Amino acid sequence: MKQFLAFIKKEFYHVFRDRKTLLMLFGLPVVQIVLFGFALSNEIKNTRIVVMDYAKDAASQRIIDRLESSTYFEIQENLLSASQLEASFKEGNIKLAIVIPADFNADLLHLNKAQIQIIADASDPNTANTLTTYATAIIMAYQAELNGLRHAPYQITTEVRMLYNPELKGAPNFVPGVMALVLMLIGVMMTAVSIVREKENGTMEILLVSPFRPFLVILSKAIPYLLISIINVIIILLLSVYLLDLPINGSIFLLFAESILLIITALSLGLLISTSTDSQQTAMLLSMMGMMLPTLLFTGFMFPIENMPIPLQIISNIVPAKWYYIIVKSIMIKGLGITMIWKETLILAGMTVILVAVSIRKFKIRLA
Amino acid sequence: MRTIKFLIQKEFLQIFRNKGLLPLLFVAPLIQLLVLPLAADYEVKNISISVVDHDHSAYSRSLISAISSSGYFKNAGYSSSFIESLAQIESDKADIILEVPVGFEKNLVRDGGEKLFVAINAINGVKAGLGGAYLTKIISQFNEEIRMKWISPSRFNSTAVIEIVTSTWFNPYMNYKYFMVPGILAVLVTLISSYVCALNIVKEKEIGTIEQINVTPIKKIHFILGKLIPFLIIGIVVFSIGLFAVGRLVYGISPIGSIALLYAFLFIYLIALLGFGLLISTYSDTQQQAMSIAFFFMMLFMLMSGLFTPIESMPQWARIIAQSNPVTYFIQVLRMIVLKGSNFNDIKIHFLVITIFAIGINGWAVVNYKKTT
Repeated sequence: MKQFLAFIKKEFYHVFRDRKTLLMLFGLPVVQIVLFGFALSNEIKNTRIVVMDYAKDAASQRIIDRLESSTYFEIQENLLSASQLEASFKEGNIKLAIVIPADFNADLLHLNKAQIQIIADASDPNTANTLTTYATAIIMAYQAELNGLRHAPYQITTEVRMLYNPELKGAPNFVPGVMALVLMLIGVMMTAVSIVREKENGTMEILLVSPFRPFLVILSKAIPYLLISIINVIIILLLSVYLLDLPINGSIFLLFAESILLIITALSLGLLISTSTDSQQTAMLLSMMGMMLPTLLFTGFMFPIENMPIPLQIISNIVPAKWYYIIVKSIMIKGLGITMIWKETLILAGMTVILVAVSIRKFKIRLA
Repeated sequence: MRTIKFLIQKEFLQIFRNKGLLPLLFVAPLIQLLVLPLAADYEVKNISISVVDHDHSAYSRSLISAISSSGYFKNAGYSSSFIESLAQIESDKADIILEVPVGFEKNLVRDGGEKLFVAINAINGVKAGLGGAYLTKIISQFNEEIRMKWISPSRFNSTAVIEIVTSTWFNPYMNYKYFMVPGILAVLVTLISSYVCALNIVKEKEIGTIEQINVTPIKKIHFILGKLIPFLIIGIVVFSIGLFAVGRLVYGISPIGSIALLYAFLFIYLIALLGFGLLISTYSDTQQQAMSIAFFFMMLFMLMSGLFTPIESMPQWARIIAQSNPVTYFIQVLRMIVLKGSNFNDIKIHFLVITIFAIGINGWAVVNYKKTT
């Protein structure tokens, strides 16, 4: 036991001496929370558009005024030629063009019918779709105003209630995702690399011939990262409560227990990667390609899983972070207890047991 | 010149000897380019809707069938009470609850109005917002149909109708993959080249072989060029495989604009990025350190590049970060040339900025790299 403590102390020295790495490890969750919380959103505002107004009459002016007064659009200038329009799209200056044909008002008054064309830059299909929807809604509102606000009979009113997140903030979705990502990063990548580093430098040989039990060598390597991971969970939770105003609705104790479960999974994965490689570069690329990207993709916090092709949906089930993400969302935001998430917990625990068992079996006390 | 040749030869020998690294360098990006665009789909569809139909009338049934046939929603089943549906939301089996009150049809026809109740799981705000908008749209269309049935059609002709015609340029079928593939390719090339370059030099530091190079008459600039050129070549090869093998054959994307222009930009961009890798390696002593610094910045670059979320919707301070991020320019140029066929005139500012980056970062790295430790 005394030996073990001495080894843990050695590992802590290693980790805490490397100030730059440590700064990055603690800086990462902070930066991610700030970026996701304040910089990244799919919200559309101040998008640059042009209006090609061939009509220049009262009606077209009303529509332009309405577009201008919305927060979504910023009207650039009034272009009049089609070639200019194409050039603007190619330069990437504008995302949407609205074409109002000549005699717009006259057609509207006499024929009761007039046309407007909306041209969207669909090289970004989602933005194009949203912008078109907003522009259509604004024009439709003008049409309604034109027809007078008469009371419509047979009116179905839809009452919509947003559960859990009435202001539609991004935070409830990404905070659990950032937690999963950061825990995976530290657990898998850092552990794998720090073990392989001893191999690469040749100091592993020395550790393995010492009278100390080889497995405890590895275990003592994992403990500093376990501690750093837990501190990071605390940092993320503090930031989300005090900076993003996202309260923890469920039990904090349960949340930490589940987090520790994921950290152990990540640590054993890191150990597994370290046993199958000899160079830090390979270990790093393996954990990045094999762990980081699947975590980013298959947890469902960036991209909805139900949109993926079926084979990918099946693959997503073997990613531990996906289950953790579901668990954290349930506890933190929905405020559910263990009775609602025992299934996910069991799956995660099962994965942990398998990974720990496999990595212990694969761990060799002789170097090739 | 001869010195550089030998140094490059040495690097390639080391890269090709490392049997673990090589497949990761070439195969992993390809697999990712195959898988990522399939997975990275922001389109909101397949929203599960749970229906609580207290009315069981012809109207409620036709409304529900209108919702399920819209393509956005899939029916997660009927339940007899709101509480039961809420449990489905809690277990993530449903995203939206639609509750039709008792006497929906009767009240609508007799009293001229009725309420529907919708509850949406809004943890994912974007999905909830769009899902709600789609559902309201379907309901109001349904409403319009009912109105048409009860009001004589002649009265409708007297109102003005603005017909809106929408055209989608550059990607008429609104294929989301056209948007994602160039972006993901840009990120993969960035990751591979800067990471491997940063780690490679630190590795020489860590295992001590850099001492041996430092005591030879090899000049600073030779050493750096000898490190940069092999990774430049690898970056170009990975990019070409991604663009032609995966992009064209799998996703059917062929660049509309000039390929020469694309490669010219790639060349300068890679020099800038490799310089960044170099800079990281001059500041770190161990591979672990280089890796975590590189990871930190790559994460920042990736999130702030407009790959996933549009730069226009960022606040001012974040837009400044995005604009001082080389990856932003590469993704923009790639999308512009490949999808819109933009020419040199359209992207000359991008060229200028990336050239400044390349010169600035490499200059910094060369100054900071010391032959004596």
